[in-house]
Amino acid sequence: MKNLDSIFAAYLLGWAVFFAFYLTVAKRGAALRGELDRLKDTLNGGK
Amino acid sequence: MLKRGIIGAAVLFLVVAAAYASFYIAPEERTMGPIQRIFYFHAASAWAGMTAFMVCFVANLAYVLGRNQKWDWVGVSAAEVGLTFTTVVLITGPIWAHPVWGIWWTWDARLTSTFVLWLLYVSYLLLRSLLEEPERRALLSALFGIFAFLDVPLVFGAIRWWRTQHPQPVIMGSPGSGLEPTMRRVFFLSVLAMHALMVLLLSERYRLERMRGEIQELRRETEA
Repeated sequence: MKNLDSIFAAYLLGWAVFFAFYLTVAKRGAALRGELDRLKDTLNGGK
Repeated sequence: MLKRGIIGAAVLFLVVAAAYASFYIAPEERTMGPIQRIFYFHAASAWAGMTAFMVCFVANLAYVLGRNQKWDWVGVSAAEVGLTFTTVVLITGPIWAHPVWGIWWTWDARLTSTFVLWLLYVSYLLLRSLLEEPERRALLSALFGIFAFLDVPLVFGAIRWWRTQHPQPVIMGSPGSGLEPTMRRVFFLSVLAMHALMVLLLSERYRLERMRGEIQELRRETEA
């Protein structure tokens, strides 16, 4: 197939961008979840 | 959790089906050959990105009018997702252009307005990172977001109003333009798949803002 390398590069890089974005969201989510649990523990411990 | 997994699997199925259809069902374009298949990924991502920016615009407008924090959360989430899709458009476009035009990039109206759109939403996110006070951040970024959206109709109209290096529209274009019926069906399947992915990413990103809101609430409680 002609220009197969270009087609491959477009799909690979495109999906890499989506995947990288999803990873940053997941990473930020995990950090926030940790913070949320910590605050909940602090509140429950104080009661 | 199970519901999110099912939705994720459904989106993955749609995306794989669209990719399969782009390569194996859509007929080969006569002049460009196989490289034209990038179009299904590139243009569908562009449409999904524009929809995300429209969601951002509506949320920005709703925030300015009602000052409900949830609209600010929708706005920033949609801006990030729209920017991700536009980044994909700006990467896949030149990869298609190089073998077809012989150049990676040219400053025509469509390419320039798309690049400006990307810069505007990068600025929107930078502006938010510079403002610490939540209400001031929400209001100023909403106003900036409304301004940034003015470029979206310009991107849409660029290939309709001016002569550009970028191909003329094949959907909602001039009489006589259009796609071969199978290509059209595959294109709309790709648009559907990319919109499903956009909604999934938007809802995941919105969850972060909701958690941030919850954290702020709990911090106020612990300080009280």
